[in-house]
Amino acid sequence: MKTQSASLFQADLVKEALGASITKLNPKIMFRNPVMFTVELGTIVMLLVTIYSLSHNDQGTFAYNLTVFLVLFVTLLFANFAEAIAEARGKAQADSLRKTREETPAKVIRTVGEMYLNEVQIISSARLRKGDVFICEAGDTIPTDGEIIEGLATIDESAITGESAPVIREAGGDKSSVTGGTKVLSDKIKVEVTTQPGESFLDKMIALVEGASRQKTPNEIALTILLAGFTLIFVIVCVTLKPFADYANTPITIAAFISLFVCLIPTTIGGLLSAIGIAGMDRALRANVITKSGKAVETAGDIDVLLLDKTGTITIGNRKATHFHAAKKVDHQAFINAITLSSLSDETPEGKSIIELVKTSENIDLTIDSQQISLKNTKNTSSYSIQDLHFIKFTAETRSSGIDMPDGRRIRKGAFDAMRNLTERAGNTFPQDISEAVKRISSNGGTPLVVTENEVVLGVIELQDIIKPGIQERFERLRKMGVKTVMVTGDNPLTAKYIAEKSGVDDFIAEAKPEDKMNYIKAEQATGKLVAMMGDGTNDAPALAQADVGVAMNSGTQAAKEAGNMVDLDNDPTKLIEIVEIGKQLLMTRGTLTTFSIANDVAKYFAIVPALFIASIPSLQGLNIMKLHSPESAILSAVIFNAIIIPALIPLALKGVDYKPIGASALLRRNLLIYGLGGVLIPFVGIKVIDLAVSLFF
Amino acid sequence: MNTEILGIVLSFALTVALAIPLGKYIAKVYAGKPTSLDPIFNPVEKLFFRLSGINPTQEMTWKQHLVALLTINLLWFFWAMFILMNQGWLPWNPDGNPSMSPDLAFNTAISFLVNCNLQHYSGESGMSYLGQISCLMFLQFVTAGTGMAACAVVFNAMKERTTDKLGNFYDYFIKSCTRVLLPLSFLVALIIMFQGTPMNVEGKASFISMQGDTVQVSRGPAAALIGIKQIGTNGGGYFGVNSAHPLENPTYLTNIVEVGSIIIIPIAMVFALGFYLQRKRLSWMIFGVMTLGFILFLLPTVYLEMQGNPAISQMGIGQHLGSMEGKEIRFGSAASAFWAITTTVTSNGSVNAMHDSLTPLSGMFAMLGMMINSLYGGVGVGFLNFYIFVIIAVFISGLMVGRTPEFLGKKIEAREMKIATIVALLHTLLILAGTAIASYVFVRNPSIGWLNNPQFHGFSEMLYEYTSSSANNGSGFEGLGDNTPFWNISTGIVMILSRFLPIIGPIAIAGILANKKFIPESAGTLKTDTSTFGLMVFAVILIVAALSFFPSLALGPIAEYFSMK
Repeated sequence: MKTQSASLFQADLVKEALGASITKLNPKIMFRNPVMFTVELGTIVMLLVTIYSLSHNDQGTFAYNLTVFLVLFVTLLFANFAEAIAEARGKAQADSLRKTREETPAKVIRTVGEMYLNEVQIISSARLRKGDVFICEAGDTIPTDGEIIEGLATIDESAITGESAPVIREAGGDKSSVTGGTKVLSDKIKVEVTTQPGESFLDKMIALVEGASRQKTPNEIALTILLAGFTLIFVIVCVTLKPFADYANTPITIAAFISLFVCLIPTTIGGLLSAIGIAGMDRALRANVITKSGKAVETAGDIDVLLLDKTGTITIGNRKATHFHAAKKVDHQAFINAITLSSLSDETPEGKSIIELVKTSENIDLTIDSQQISLKNTKNTSSYSIQDLHFIKFTAETRSSGIDMPDGRRIRKGAFDAMRNLTERAGNTFPQDISEAVKRISSNGGTPLVVTENEVVLGVIELQDIIKPGIQERFERLRKMGVKTVMVTGDNPLTAKYIAEKSGVDDFIAEAKPEDKMNYIKAEQATGKLVAMMGDGTNDAPALAQADVGVAMNSGTQAAKEAGNMVDLDNDPTKLIEIVEIGKQLLMTRGTLTTFSIANDVAKYFAIVPALFIASIPSLQGLNIMKLHSPESAILSAVIFNAIIIPALIPLALKGVDYKPIGASALLRRNLLIYGLGGVLIPFVGIKVIDLAVSLFF
Repeated sequence: MNTEILGIVLSFALTVALAIPLGKYIAKVYAGKPTSLDPIFNPVEKLFFRLSGINPTQEMTWKQHLVALLTINLLWFFWAMFILMNQGWLPWNPDGNPSMSPDLAFNTAISFLVNCNLQHYSGESGMSYLGQISCLMFLQFVTAGTGMAACAVVFNAMKERTTDKLGNFYDYFIKSCTRVLLPLSFLVALIIMFQGTPMNVEGKASFISMQGDTVQVSRGPAAALIGIKQIGTNGGGYFGVNSAHPLENPTYLTNIVEVGSIIIIPIAMVFALGFYLQRKRLSWMIFGVMTLGFILFLLPTVYLEMQGNPAISQMGIGQHLGSMEGKEIRFGSAASAFWAITTTVTSNGSVNAMHDSLTPLSGMFAMLGMMINSLYGGVGVGFLNFYIFVIIAVFISGLMVGRTPEFLGKKIEAREMKIATIVALLHTLLILAGTAIASYVFVRNPSIGWLNNPQFHGFSEMLYEYTSSSANNGSGFEGLGDNTPFWNISTGIVMILSRFLPIIGPIAIAGILANKKFIPESAGTLKTDTSTFGLMVFAVILIVAALSFFPSLALGPIAEYFSMK
């Protein structure tokens, strides 16, 4: 992952946001936020009152009115600034990703009718259209997002993921996508452009952050309704206060009315609400996840079930060979030799790990040049000419691979049942001790690979999954959040069960076919649960679309990326866990700041209500429990507190409230204590302190 | 312990102890299980249903429930208007009381239709026996039954399943009347009758007092009406001064029975919910929140009333019995304070002492009880109001724990929040807007003669009147001259809005939620039957009330309190 700047407020971003806070004063934009829109109306009225008070003195002094006006104006700017800085940060983050795909030359192949011509034109990447095909060779920067249609290449994706190790992308498989801005290190690929310019996921995300296409999420809408309700209550309270005051023979200035109103309505949460939503998407982007909608982030917080692929998520990469078990009556050395030979051409990680283990634990010296392969062990050396060797590739039908030797030996290795069929069809018996070894390996979570020579079993290779360190703790954390984890694996049930138990997942799907995932998701959804999954292949696309949160790996196929609602640039399967936490934080930040905002009103009442009536009803001095200096200073202190609490809480809005998986009730208690009780008490202190300063002037 | 306080503690404990089995019984009634009263009432009900062509097993959607509820209420309104405006010439009027003026009839008809029982007339001189029985007592039964039936619909909707079929309204309604209200009020009527409350159709009796004056004593079918008045949180007394009248509430024993009758069904409904849904913890949470609020208002009120009135102390008059202005010596200050809070937290509104004479802060607590209107609350409707606060609390606390809010396995979304917000807003709007208009009119016509008291107390009188109307409570700060077209019509409008919208709202929310997919609980789900969540609901209730009403209370009772010190 990229290194992130620790500072929330970088100078250039702040500058940009300050400019935006002015332009956002446009009432048309403000109207989207009912709470702050009413503050804007109040500010306009105060401007008129301030002008009026230049020539009249029945509405209080000019200086007092001007101060109230300025404080209200600043309140508006603060709220706009919160939104603007969140946008600026999101944009900056997206821009840094987009920078990698500046104008680069593209070697495009033009088609004539249905035919590709070999003629290669060099054009600017900006002119590439969906469906164009271009070529990239070693050293080229890939001009735009696309899918490899021919060839294989190693690619340096560090520009996006920050991971320096090169990755292999090839046509036809589940890792066929390339991203604009990444660099081809070796080989040559033909790539088809999959998106129109300006319509890539990143472009869509930037549009979301910028607000043009930002839609309120369902929870945000519901909360806005509640906040509008509170605002209306205070409209009622303030409007009816006028006849009440007339009854009590108390003249109340317009400044006092507007101050009371602005203090009471939930400006804190109203001002920070959109910033919180943007910051949620921004945090996802910082985790290198592109979200296609704000709703997806929010939904992530509600996830009940997480489907996780075993490989790469729960276990490190691929299985590794850990032991060789020779059959009875088979010479160990001959067995090792056969293993080595059969794995020579095996490019799979498992195959490589076998060679690795042979070299390290069996002291075999293997030298390969373009002509010859020589195998040297403690006793003797044997050499083979490569031309004479016939490598047998793995196929889905035989489920085995191997080598045919010049001396006629046929060495094969493969899955247990495939190899048993092979030996039994040849009339040989499958040795009892190897059957037992196979069973033992499986039940220990390993994968057995049986090795035969001329259809006679030599022994079995034990491959083991390595469970990622720390994964148990993460699952424990998820369990406390109320999220059920499900491991999806192609392994047999015995192996799957072992790994499931060892890693601490709640459930597993063994021998999983793509439709199994789909069925599992549907079954969970039918009981009302929300399911998240991660996938990369075209096979995964339907399940990604069905899941409530579908995270596609950036390396995955275009179909998978289209089907999901998030794309993970790091291709990191554990990312789902982070996404769930980001979603929860988003909701929590809204909830706690709403509570805080409303709780603040208690202290504000105690500041303003006595101030309003103290002149005509001296006995109400009893309510002035903060012993504020004068009615003017009390009202000013309350509005000033109301204004500065907004910028004071911007860091919290942007970073989000910490999520602690301590159970819902405990979390509620904790947040009620901090933001509820804190929200009641803090303004008493804050307003008193401000009053001490303000009382020097008013 | 002080005997007076012991009396309160015992009557409260006794009521709760009786409410729990009653709740179990009510749950059985609504679940359609057999009860011991079936042999008596099943044939009666069958007859009703056959005559009216209603099929009580046909289940209704929430909208159909509301149509049924509103239609039947509209019919009752016309019936009540007819009787009240014509009772003067209709039979059973031995004292020759007159028919009501149109605006008073409007106010009275609405007042009894909405279970409020605000009385701008006095029973002795304003009602015929026919009117008392066929109009007022009839409405006291059916409106309480309406509230309970509405509550039963919401109970049904809270079950763990997805459906739009929520039982039959008429079935719930009839059963509420026959299985709960009728037997209980019969029992209460019987007890107070034996204690001396009249139950006859004879005209005024007269006797010659020791001073030699001829005194006319009103009589009539009082005991029956008083039974349902207390049991159905109606509160509209037979006699003008309500349960302070020696014939309406003759002894300390009847006082215990009557005050217990006020809260027994509201409390029993809460327990009925737990038995009905098999969620007893939820019931205890709700009961706990309601009781906490109740006690929070009760304790200072009892203390203040027993302390006496500082203005009287300053005159050098000893007040070892507490503040006795407007109170009956046979009940004492503590029991009167207990009644005052009990009758205002529920929407009952019957009184055994004059609330106008409560010390300022006690008056405030009485008003706060009505402003919240869901600490026990009216029969059925109290829980409905509480339900709205639960929805709001679930929403905020759901967000606070990082999950889309859900209540009993149903997600709370924008539509439900809109309804809940409107209902929560309405009460504030009606009380404050009503008082504001009255203040506005009064300031411009100071000689209008509404207020018996100047200044803060006068303001409290107006605030109390609208609070009482909007809470469908019906008690009054009697210093107000309220039988004028202005008060009759304005409080009439307030009463009707504040009755039906808070019934429509919760039924709509519950109906919409019932139709949503049920989500089973997980470790991340916020449990709503815990004390933590109860505290949250309590905080929401208190904060909403405080924020809405602090300025108006500051100008009324709080200002009065500080100026008396």
